[in-house]
Amino acid sequence: MNRRLSLFNVTSLVVGFAFLYLPILLLVVYSFNASRLVTVWGGFSTQWYGALFRNQALMEAAWVTLRIALLSATLATVLGTLAALALTRYGRFPGRTLFTGMVYAPMVMPEVITGLSLLLFFVAIDLDRGFWTITLAHTTLTMCFVTVVVQSRLMTFDRSLEEAAMDLGAPPLRTFFSVTLPLIAPSIVAGFLLAFTLSMDDLVIASFNAGPGATTLPIKIYSQVRLGLSPEVNAASAILIGIVTLGVISATLLSKHSVLRSRR
Amino acid sequence: MRRAFAPWSDPNAKPLIRFDNVTKRFGDAVAVDHLSLNIFEGEFFCLLGPSGCGKTTLMRMLAGFETPSEGSITLGDQNLAGVPPYRRPVNMMFQSYALFPHMSVEKNIAFGLKQDGMPKDQIAERVGEMLRLVQLEKLARRYPSQLSGGQRQRVALARALAKKPKVLLLDEPLGALDKKLREETQFELMDIQHDLHMTFVVVTHDQEEAMTMADRIAVMDHGRIVQVATPGEIYEQPRTRFIAEFVGDVNILEGHVQGQENGLWRVKTPSAQVPLTIDDPDEVLHSGQAVAIAVRPEKMVIQRDPPGPTAINVLTGEVWDIGYLGDWTVYRVRLATGEILRVTRANASRFVENPIDWDEQVYVTFAPDAAVILAE
Repeated sequence: MNRRLSLFNVTSLVVGFAFLYLPILLLVVYSFNASRLVTVWGGFSTQWYGALFRNQALMEAAWVTLRIALLSATLATVLGTLAALALTRYGRFPGRTLFTGMVYAPMVMPEVITGLSLLLFFVAIDLDRGFWTITLAHTTLTMCFVTVVVQSRLMTFDRSLEEAAMDLGAPPLRTFFSVTLPLIAPSIVAGFLLAFTLSMDDLVIASFNAGPGATTLPIKIYSQVRLGLSPEVNAASAILIGIVTLGVISATLLSKHSVLRSRR
Repeated sequence: MRRAFAPWSDPNAKPLIRFDNVTKRFGDAVAVDHLSLNIFEGEFFCLLGPSGCGKTTLMRMLAGFETPSEGSITLGDQNLAGVPPYRRPVNMMFQSYALFPHMSVEKNIAFGLKQDGMPKDQIAERVGEMLRLVQLEKLARRYPSQLSGGQRQRVALARALAKKPKVLLLDEPLGALDKKLREETQFELMDIQHDLHMTFVVVTHDQEEAMTMADRIAVMDHGRIVQVATPGEIYEQPRTRFIAEFVGDVNILEGHVQGQENGLWRVKTPSAQVPLTIDDPDEVLHSGQAVAIAVRPEKMVIQRDPPGPTAINVLTGEVWDIGYLGDWTVYRVRLATGEILRVTRANASRFVENPIDWDEQVYVTFAPDAAVILAE
């Protein structure tokens, strides 16, 4: 087989990647723009990053976003891992198919609907919208992603390892913590990172469930863009892109590592 | 040295493990069917059978991973019903070895001892002892992924032996090893079992492995035990055609009982012109009964010259195939009925003048006591 790339391959690769990443690249480049006008290049400068850190409102929003992401990702990881264990371990229980479908539903549900239904729910139970409602909403959204990642690891998990641990005298709970958990840990961490990044950059669900007290960074950026572009927003977006990219890359590497480990 | 060890023939001996009318069902499928079995202390016991015969299920019930649907299992004086795997004085070596990939060799071996809350210095001592036993002292800090198949097998063995269980269960212990290593390991396992005077229960589908290692073999088929006996008895006095065919090679001649003369059975078969004479006094047969005569290939003699007129059990045919194996030569002889006999001959001398060749007319004979009659 000819393994060299043909001209056609190279062209389609370049066009494809350009289509996906040129706008993002442009945004990052313009965050280093010295000019006040977002669309006119005025030389290299890091002044907007400085301005960003002095912008109280933006920094406030960033801090809220970070806290929500950490908290909701943690909750989603615990719940998602438990769901994955239930789905892979307890074989056929009544309503298993329904349960599986329901766990995965938020993945395919339009975000607007998830956001709206959660809003209605929070209004119905009379919960003040703000930090906690966004956290809960994000937990609902991201839990299924954790389940998918952890479940795929559990499918390839050699059950005889757990049997061996029990055979050697470890009761079920100790078997879980000394054998199962260490071996599926990479996939759990990957799930956490995925949940974290999803929560970080979510705009739709957050804006449905945000209240006057809590605004996340994506909401803040979006509203600022409507009022007129500020280079600070570029800088904030560039940082956000950096964090999300880092998260996704680590998640991929970790789940790959976890699969390799299970094969050896 | 093998001692005369036969507690199973001592009526006063108390078995260590007792399966009492055990049945295991998975849904509609019956994996183990009303099975009773005694295993004695210090025995090297093999469960032998084709895949799906229930041998692994039987072992897993002993380990506690499956619970019998009916019947009881006793170990010593303890009824094992309701005792979880982590409280049984039984350890298992898994077919896949099931080594913990995130632990080094010594941590793997120490795992069971740690669960018992053994003091650290004693654990270290015991782990050292185990590593010496399986000759892996140099690899103590390696991880399972850095070991060869044979080394992993040894770690698995050391880990299962570390707690000095009353019974060691081995699930296809040599299945993943290549032929040469398998043979060596068979003898090592026997030595270890003998030195530690432990009870070993091995599950295997490999009859050679079972024959080499076991004190007694239980041949299983469809969830039942067909025969429990020493390897010699299983091979020389198979109780059924299934056993005769499953353990070793065998030639089966079908026929009908004609009668008994001087304690010898006369069996008429289409394969031979004259009825066969079989010395199998234990069988109780009646005239006209359909039987199968089983003769092992090495107990048949192949010759070119016609045997004398007084010769008995003569079959004639032509050489269909010759397989030279070095120590043995295998002749496949085609009888007039179309049946193919397998006859082996030890190559005792290096040069044979005028050896039997392909397509030659030959005579195959066997002694009356070389054959076993199996009721159909």
